[in-house]
Amino acid sequence: MKARVRRGINAVMEWLTAMSALVVVLPLILILVFLVYQGASALNLDFFIHLPKPVGEPGGGMANAIVGTLILIGLASCLGLPLGILGGVYLAESRDRRLPWVIRFLADVLNGVPSIVIGIFAYTVVVLPLRRFSALAGGFALAVIMLPIVLRTTEELVRLVPASLREAALALGIPEWKVILRVVLPTARAGIITGVMVSIARIAGETAPLLFTAFGNRFWHQGLLQPIAALPLQIFAYAIAPYDDWHRQAWAGALVLIVMIFSSSLIARIVTKGRYSGVR
Amino acid sequence: MRRLAHSTRVTGGWGDHLFRLLIRAAALILLVIVLGLVIVMIRAAFPSIRAFGWSFLFTSRWDPVAEKFGALPLIYGTIVSSVLALLIAVPLGIGAAVYLSEVAPPWISPPISFLIELLAAVPSVVYGLWGIFILAPWLRTQVQPALGATLGFLPLFQGPPYGVGMLAAGLILAIMVVPFIIAVSREVLLAVPNAQREAALALGATRWETTRLAVLRYARSGLMGAVLLGLGRSLGETMAVTMVIGNRPEISASLFAPGYTMASMIANEFAEATSDLYLSALIEVGLLLFVVTVIVNALARLLVWSVGGAVKAVRE
Repeated sequence: MKARVRRGINAVMEWLTAMSALVVVLPLILILVFLVYQGASALNLDFFIHLPKPVGEPGGGMANAIVGTLILIGLASCLGLPLGILGGVYLAESRDRRLPWVIRFLADVLNGVPSIVIGIFAYTVVVLPLRRFSALAGGFALAVIMLPIVLRTTEELVRLVPASLREAALALGIPEWKVILRVVLPTARAGIITGVMVSIARIAGETAPLLFTAFGNRFWHQGLLQPIAALPLQIFAYAIAPYDDWHRQAWAGALVLIVMIFSSSLIARIVTKGRYSGVR
Repeated sequence: MRRLAHSTRVTGGWGDHLFRLLIRAAALILLVIVLGLVIVMIRAAFPSIRAFGWSFLFTSRWDPVAEKFGALPLIYGTIVSSVLALLIAVPLGIGAAVYLSEVAPPWISPPISFLIELLAAVPSVVYGLWGIFILAPWLRTQVQPALGATLGFLPLFQGPPYGVGMLAAGLILAIMVVPFIIAVSREVLLAVPNAQREAALALGATRWETTRLAVLRYARSGLMGAVLLGLGRSLGETMAVTMVIGNRPEISASLFAPGYTMASMIANEFAEATSDLYLSALIEVGLLLFVVTVIVNALARLLVWSVGGAVKAVRE
């Protein structure tokens, strides 16, 4: 009798956990379905090759925003990747105790800072001195978001490189820096690329830190010291505007953005697969 | 032979020295950025701190024309929307994580985990888009009238159904932090040693009893960390909330009423701040948000680290 009650409770609880998994997955699937449904019906060739039309006129596209997002990602990568990878090597290789611990902790802190706060930082450091919104400020904000992610992944992957490999190279009399650049980093390459793709997927969709740094622009980019369009900014502006045609384009933009983000996550997965099956 | 070895050692030593300096400098830049962030924000917020003092936190008048700023409605909106989100997301998220790690047959877990991981990468603005055009109309036409009719005697569910408002913000935040809570909880649960489970099963416990007594209890502090990480996320979440909360700096008992959060106030007004004091007040709001999220995240990390193994999920 008692056993039957316990088995009953067991069954009920297992059912409840299964239901919560279902309830959680459902809205997420709904979001994807709506996105594909609404986005695909609004997507056409114009979207990819035309500038936005003046307010109130239907048609046009977001070509400038797509290019702008790619430029911003490129800028952020130029600043964030070398620093992140070299810093990650330092965290993995240093024999110090204190400084690496501090940096590691600060990287995790920085990673938890809301992106809008990083936007404020970029505003005070880049926009105020230059007295204008600029692509450079946007790229700087995104680089700050990207840095801790790249740093920590690189560290972790450099640590995974077998010591025997490093020792073999050192035993040949090769200087340590060369061992790191020519043996350790190439061995960890696949994993580091994964980290890079993950960080790019993260910054590609960032909107809040661009609001008052990159600012947005309805034309092609005009140099790094001018405001620049970005896909997430344009989606936001179009979504809260009162025009149906803009809403349609916002859905199309969101679909394009998601495809960009998912494909970089996917590349990350494919690159990793087989080489470091234990590491995500 | 000897000279060769010697020369290699010398160039190696020199090159190594330079290389070490280089990588150390790269790592130190992170330190500079974080310190710079703190210093710059405090300095920029200082005019507002001096002008309003503690009353900034406890008054609710936000009036850019008269240059009187009190952040209480924003703090209230931020806390209420995040708490609402966690009330929904925590039981469901941990339940789902238990299902994935303890209950589900082995073939079902990887695809669902993959889906959840993908969804954690969906940007905030896309959730916001969905919130404006799908969630808010649904709330306005279906959910809020029904809630008002059945539970309308509670002040929580009174007032006209706008769709956008605190309820919509809480729901969209819940949807956004759930994948995150599941991912961290699942890693925490997977880090529980199997010996714990086997011991309980060997004593004749059912699977639920094993989970409750041997797994959840063991993972308690890690799960607490997962919840706090979710909280840190939702406190600072900007775009989706800005798009559905209604953006009105008022304190209202009803969840149907529009509100405002700290992050969405900054997002909406920063680029349009006309005076220095206005800008400074907005930066002080940002500073507050920064301090709170750093505390929440630091606590969360300590808790998750205490269980161990979940460091990877934390980094996302």
